[in-house]
Amino acid sequence: MTLSVRDLRKAFGGVRAVDGVSFDLPRGEIRALIGPNGAGKTTVFNVLGGQLRPDAGEVRLGGERISGLPPHAIWRRGVSRTFQVSAVFATLSVLENVLIARLSAAGRSLGLLGRAGPGEAERARAVLARVGLAEQAARPAGVLAYGDLKKLELALALANDPAVLLLDEPTAGMAPAERGELMRLIVQIARAGGQTVLFTEHDMDVVWSVADRILVLHQGRVIAEGAPGEVRANLAVQQVYLGEDP
Amino acid sequence: MVLFLIASGLSLIFGVTRIVNFAHGSFYMLAAYLTYAFAARLPLGGAAFYAAALLAALATGLLGLVVEVLLLRRVYRAPELYQLLLTFALVLVIADLVRFVWGTENLTGPPAPGLAGAVPIAGQLFPTYDLVLIGLGPAVALALWALFYRTRYGILIRAATLDREMVAVLGVDEARLYTSVFVLGSCLAGLAGALQVPRQALTNVMDTTVLTEAFVVVVVGGMGSVGGALLAAIVIGVSDAFGVLVLPGASLVLTFVVMAAILIVRPWGLRGRPAGQERAAAAGVAARPALPRAWGWALLAALVLLPPLLPTYWVWLLAEVLALSLFAASLYLLMGAGGMVSFGHAGAFGLGAYGAALLMLRAGWPMPLAFAGAPLVAAAASAVIGFFAVRLTSIYFAMLTLAFAQIGYALVHQWYDLTGGDNGLLGVWPARWLASPLRFYGLALAACGGGVALLSRVERAPFGLTLRAVRDHPRRAEAVGVNIHRHQLLAFVIAGFFGGLAGATFVYLKGSAFPEYLALPVSVEALVMVLLGGVGTLAGAPVGAAVYTLLDTVVTRYTAYWQAVLGALLILLVLAFPRGIVGALPGRGR
Repeated sequence: MTLSVRDLRKAFGGVRAVDGVSFDLPRGEIRALIGPNGAGKTTVFNVLGGQLRPDAGEVRLGGERISGLPPHAIWRRGVSRTFQVSAVFATLSVLENVLIARLSAAGRSLGLLGRAGPGEAERARAVLARVGLAEQAARPAGVLAYGDLKKLELALALANDPAVLLLDEPTAGMAPAERGELMRLIVQIARAGGQTVLFTEHDMDVVWSVADRILVLHQGRVIAEGAPGEVRANLAVQQVYLGEDP
Repeated sequence: MVLFLIASGLSLIFGVTRIVNFAHGSFYMLAAYLTYAFAARLPLGGAAFYAAALLAALATGLLGLVVEVLLLRRVYRAPELYQLLLTFALVLVIADLVRFVWGTENLTGPPAPGLAGAVPIAGQLFPTYDLVLIGLGPAVALALWALFYRTRYGILIRAATLDREMVAVLGVDEARLYTSVFVLGSCLAGLAGALQVPRQALTNVMDTTVLTEAFVVVVVGGMGSVGGALLAAIVIGVSDAFGVLVLPGASLVLTFVVMAAILIVRPWGLRGRPAGQERAAAAGVAARPALPRAWGWALLAALVLLPPLLPTYWVWLLAEVLALSLFAASLYLLMGAGGMVSFGHAGAFGLGAYGAALLMLRAGWPMPLAFAGAPLVAAAASAVIGFFAVRLTSIYFAMLTLAFAQIGYALVHQWYDLTGGDNGLLGVWPARWLASPLRFYGLALAACGGGVALLSRVERAPFGLTLRAVRDHPRRAEAVGVNIHRHQLLAFVIAGFFGGLAGATFVYLKGSAFPEYLALPVSVEALVMVLLGGVGTLAGAPVGAAVYTLLDTVVTRYTAYWQAVLGALLILLVLAFPRGIVGALPGRGR
């Protein structure tokens, strides 16, 4: 299933945060979305995830229009996401966090009298094992270390076996060594599951090494798109990043 | 315009400190009584009233200072709920204090010297004093405007209403700013109370009456906006006057309908701003591990086996505890698990009570059918109310639920032909085969004990787990496929259903239904029970209900000032045991 974005626009007051963005994301590709602060990356994510409604343009997944749908409906169609500032259910245990996403995927969130049951708990544990959090299952999510919070977010996003993973700075705030490690884990999981990934990342070394292709955003527009080598050589990109942290 | 004074103070305090000051109406009442007392004692002749009014306003400001420094300062960082309870505790204490000092008789204050006459305008006589007040309102508004927009202090206040953290980061002494704003707001309430003295008799219920009106004005105007309060005071005043003319029987209802309508269309009031990402009012209260399961079975055994051995009086009391336990437990589902603090849960309780009474007395249904139908009435009403309410967050949710409960109260109060107004509905007795104490107790145990057990089951089911997730992080829950509004609406309806069942049990226990069942104090009672038991667990609700009912029964035997005792208890609870009784017990562990 291809995720195709056509002429997406979103303005806040007079600021055109996303100003006519189009791209196609074929199945299984790992694509980095880069650009300086304020380029519109998070706005693109929020429109794709349904947190914001676009002013114009549309997003289709495998031909079906998903833009304008509420976030929960978009998730049901197989587009999962993480947030830049990590968002988990702090008073619940790590296992319960994933269990909630599993129950939702199974359409059982509204079950009033039954129990979650061992089946879903097993599946939730399996997801935790994939991201390396199995040991932490019983701890409250609110007390996790920062890196583990990021992993839990990833586990939440993976819980419904999505077609597309939208990862907004999945390694933000982590130490450089951990960053590379987590990103490689993400790539490994995505390749194994055939998932399409769109991610943002400020650490360029990580970007060059894991992305299949790169999309460069500047002032709400796409200024370059291509394989890492091409983007690196692109003059416009160099100009945008001149003086910025490369 | 008196309403504007009190509302602007309330709004100001909320805007800066984010505290919804329930005690605002009490400050108003206290100032009125103080004015009365001072005016009688000051040897100033004609000027005595004015000196007394000024003195009373200042004294109220001073009281505000003491309250802020001694109590509120400790809970600014606590969940909103605790702040509300603390100020509500003050309401209780001040109300009993006023009763203690000045008694329960209505008092008539002095007229305002020099302004006692009336002025004819367009063929009608208007009291001079009222006209002066009408002029005074804009004058005070102007003075506040000058304070906010022409002084450094005003800039700080406006900055703090917009972004408190930023103001603190910029090196402003938050503590002093908060204190001064609270004192200023209290002074305004005091001034309002003092100025009201020549216009109306002083009564013990001035506080709650004016508080509800002030809430309406503040919420309609937009919390934290003084300009909005002025606008809203006018809108509400006009709709009130209009209501008295057009629908004399429904003027109360109209006010709250206006409020509800404005909140539905503009959830943040006429001049308020969207609150951004506000945490749910009860968030930050962690769940506690469940109690040992054996305790539950032991309790059930005791509830089944003991009553035949108890005196009748205790059997009735136990049945009452059961009904209130279910009431508190149903509220717990909303506020504990759901993070939705309702100030109108009495609405569900009262609808259940009136539903049962009306179905039996007016529609002629047999008692068991009416008993079963009542919770459905409450659930249906909750579905409609919830549809609008769950879209709002924290304090606005609380206010809209309050508004709807007040609409219900006003309807029941004024629809005399159907409900008997404040005479209530009498003779709501159970069917003969259920009327003996033990049989009725059995019914209460089955309905309410069963209800609590079902709620506990719901809380642990996927639905309850997901509800907690929605409370913890709504955006995240949405992003794992949860339709959060539908989820919250269902929780609201379930809470309404069981609240209604509790009300139906209660009405057959007491044999009568009164409009007060739907009023704010009953909603707050439920909140107190939940907090008393501990908001982190469902087991807290029945424990809180039992302790509360027993205290009520025991304390009223020794003193007429039960409210003051309850108030003191609440203050202690909030400051020393915020996790409640069950929160302090050992757990089963995870």
